[in-house]
Amino acid sequence: MTTMPNIELAKATAAEAADEAVTKVVARDVNVYYGDKHALHDVSIDIPEKAVTAFIGPSGCGKSTFLRCINRMNDTIPICRVSGRIEIDGSDIYDRGLDPVQLRAKVGMVFQKPNPFPKSIYENVAYGPRIHGLTSSKADLDEVVTMSLKRAGLYEEVKDRLTSPGTGLSGGQQQRLCIARAIAVNPEVILMDEPCSALDPIATAKIEELIDELRENYTIVIVTHSMQQAARVSQRTAFFHLGKLVEEGSTEQIFTAPQDKRTQDYITGRFG
Amino acid sequence: MVSLFFLLIVAVALAAFAFGRSRGRAFVGGGARLHSLPVYHGLFLATLCVLPMLVALAVWTPLAPRYVEARTLAALPADLAPQNALEQEGRLREARLVALGQFAGTPDPGIAVAADAYSGARTEAEVALLVLGLAGAAAGFAFGRRRLAPDFRARNSFEHVTKVVLIACSGVAILTTVGIVFSVLFETLRFFARYPWYDFLFGLQWSPQTAIRADQVGQSGTFGAVPLFAGTTLIMLIAMMVAGPVGLFAAIYMSEYATPRVRAVAKPVLEVLAGIPTVVFGFFAALTVAPFIKSVGETLGLSVASESALAAGLVMGVMIIPFVSSLSDDVINAVPQSLRDGSYGMGATRSETIKRVVLPAALPGIVSALMLAISRAVGETMIVVMAAGLAGNLTFNPLEAVTTVTVQIKTLLVGDQEFDSAKTLSAFALGFVLFFFTLALNIIALRIVRKYREQYD
Ligand SMILES: Nc1ncnc2c1ncn2[C@@H]1O[C@H](COP(=O)(O)OP(=O)(O)OP(=O)(O)O)[C@@H](O)[C@H]1O
Ligand SMILES: [Mg+2]
Repeated sequence: MTTMPNIELAKATAAEAADEAVTKVVARDVNVYYGDKHALHDVSIDIPEKAVTAFIGPSGCGKSTFLRCINRMNDTIPICRVSGRIEIDGSDIYDRGLDPVQLRAKVGMVFQKPNPFPKSIYENVAYGPRIHGLTSSKADLDEVVTMSLKRAGLYEEVKDRLTSPGTGLSGGQQQRLCIARAIAVNPEVILMDEPCSALDPIATAKIEELIDELRENYTIVIVTHSMQQAARVSQRTAFFHLGKLVEEGSTEQIFTAPQDKRTQDYITGRFG
Repeated sequence: MVSLFFLLIVAVALAAFAFGRSRGRAFVGGGARLHSLPVYHGLFLATLCVLPMLVALAVWTPLAPRYVEARTLAALPADLAPQNALEQEGRLREARLVALGQFAGTPDPGIAVAADAYSGARTEAEVALLVLGLAGAAAGFAFGRRRLAPDFRARNSFEHVTKVVLIACSGVAILTTVGIVFSVLFETLRFFARYPWYDFLFGLQWSPQTAIRADQVGQSGTFGAVPLFAGTTLIMLIAMMVAGPVGLFAAIYMSEYATPRVRAVAKPVLEVLAGIPTVVFGFFAALTVAPFIKSVGETLGLSVASESALAAGLVMGVMIIPFVSSLSDDVINAVPQSLRDGSYGMGATRSETIKRVVLPAALPGIVSALMLAISRAVGETMIVVMAAGLAGNLTFNPLEAVTTVTVQIKTLLVGDQEFDSAKTLSAFALGFVLFFFTLALNIIALRIVRKYREQYD
C-alpha cells in the first residue's frame, strides 16, 4: 500500500460533534512495565463519551497494553506494573479503594479471538448478570439475555437454539456473542482489541455496523490494524508508535492532515 | 550357541551394511545421481541379510529341542524304553546330565548310549541352524545386491522395513496383553468348573482354606467374594475421599494461584511423593497411622481394630494425591488463557472464573484423572497387605479390619501351591474380576469424556 487508504468520511460530522462531547476516560502520564521492559511511555489521552475511539499503530507498539490498562486487565499479568493516572468519570481507577472486579463490570472487553465459554449461548450471555447478581428472577434474566442478544444483532440467528453450545457458532457469530456477553452487564465503556481480525469481510461488516449502533449508548475503544476500519467506525483516532502515543485527534484530521511525520508514514503504509 | 548366533547376526548385519553403503558411495563416485543416500543402501542390504537369519532362528527354536529329544529317546535300548510321561522325563534328564558330564556316579550303559545320541543330535541341530541362517543371509545378500543401483529407491524400501518393525513391536504389546487376559480367563473358567460362579460372585463368606488331606475338618473352602469386593470398595472410597479433593485443590492452587517460584518448588515435591515405593507407604500405614487411629478412636470410646480400613484408605489416598494433582494440573493448564481473560474481563473473580469456566472446561480430563486414580487404588496391594488385614469381614465400618481382592490374590498364591486346587484357581478368578472392573471403569470414563465433549466443543 503506497497511496492513502481509501477513506470513507461519511461520519465526519459525527466526529466534529464528538469534539464537544463529555470526556469519559482521562489518562495522564501512563507508563507500563513488563518486568524490566518499558512498554508504554507517558501516555496521556482523553476519550470522549458515546463515541468510538480507534487505536492504531504498528504491531508491538502497546495498543493492547494501553487498552488493558483501562479495565485493569493488566492486573492479571504478574510481571506487569502500571504507573500514572487513569480516571473514568473523574474517579481514579487505580485508587486503592477501587475494586477491579467492579470496574470490569463497568468497562467490558471484547478480545481479538472470539472466546465464548464452553457453555450454552444462553449461559454465555447470562454469565455476567449471574456473577454480579444483576437480576432477581429467571424472567428478568431471560429478558436481559434476549435484550443483549438483540443489541448485538445475534438474536434472530440464535433464538431457536439458545441452549446449544456457544462454541458451535460461526466465528462472526461467536464474536457477536462475546459482544452480547459484554453488553449484558450494562457496561459504560466497551474495549475491543482487534475484534474483527479473525473474521471474514462479511462478518467484519456486521460487527462494524454493530459498533456504529452501540456508539449511541456506550463509549467504545477499538484497537485495529485496518486503517479503513478505523476510518469507517471511529470518530477519534490515536496513533501509537514504539510505546508512545504519537498523535491523537479526530479521525478525519488524523487521516487527512496528520501533524506528525510518523503518523503520515504509517497511514500511507510506509511502515508497520 | 544361540548367543553365538546372535553375534553372527550382528556381524553379518554390519558387513552387509558396510558393503551396501560402499556400493552406494561408489555410484556417487561414478558420477551417478543417487535416488537414496548411501546409508539407505547399506540399511537395505543389512535388513535383507538379517531377516532370513531371524526367521531361521524363529523356526529353529521350537523344533530343535523336539528333534534332540526324539533322537535321544530313539537311542534308548528296549529295556529302558519309558512307559509313561514321568519315566520319559526322567530318562531324558539323566541322558542330558550324562552328556554334560554332570551325572553323579556311573550311568546305566543304556543311558550312556542315549547320552551320546543326545550330544550328536545337539551338534547336528546347531550346525543346521548355522547352515540355515548363513544360507538365508547369503540368499538375501545376493538378491539385494542385484537390486542396488543409482536409481534404486532404497529409501522407500527401508521405509517399509521400518513400518513392519513398528507394527511387530505394537503387535508384541497387544498380543502379550491378549495372552495374559486369555490365560487368566481360562484359569478362571477352570475355577468355575469346580466352584459355582454365582456362589463366588454373590457369596457372603470368604474362607479359602482348602484341606490338604481329605480327612481334615473343613475340607472345602468357601469362596464367596462379596466381602473382598466390599473391602476393596470401602478402602477405595476412603482413598478417593482423600485424594480427590486434596489432589484437585492442590492442582487448582498450582495452576491458578501459585506464583512461578512456589510452583517451581511445590511441583517437584509432589512428584517425589509419587516416587515413594508403595511398600514404604505400607510401613507408614501399619506402624504410624493405624496405631494413631486406634489410640484416637479409643480416647473417643470407639473400638478400633489394630488393622483398619481407615488407616489403609487414608494412606492410600495420600499415595494417589500426586496422580490426581499432576494429571488435573495438566488439564487445567491446557484450558486456553483466552477463556480466563474472557471471564476476568466480565468482572469475575478468580475463584468464580475457576468454578464456572476453568473447571467445566477441564472436566473431561479431571474425570479421567479420577478414574485413573480409582484404578490405582483398586489395584494397589502393598499398603492394604500391611495395614488393612486379612480378615474377610463383610462390613462398611472403616474402623474394622477388612481385606481386599489384591490382598487375597497375594495370600492365595504365596507359598507352596498345588496349581489346580480350587484355592489357587480362585486367585485367577479374583484377578479376572479386578481386570474386568478396571476395564469397565476405563470404558465409563471414556464415555463420560465423550458425552461431555459433544455437549461443549
Ligand atoms: N504479557 C507480557 N509480558 C511481557 N511483555 C509483554 C506482554 N504483553 C505485551 N508485552 C510487550 O509489550 C509491548 C507492547 O505489546 P502490545 O501487546 O501492547 O502490542 P500491540 O500494539 O497490541 O501489538 P499487536 O498489534 O501486535 O497486538 C510489546 O513489545 C510486547 O512484547
Ligand atoms: Mg494487541
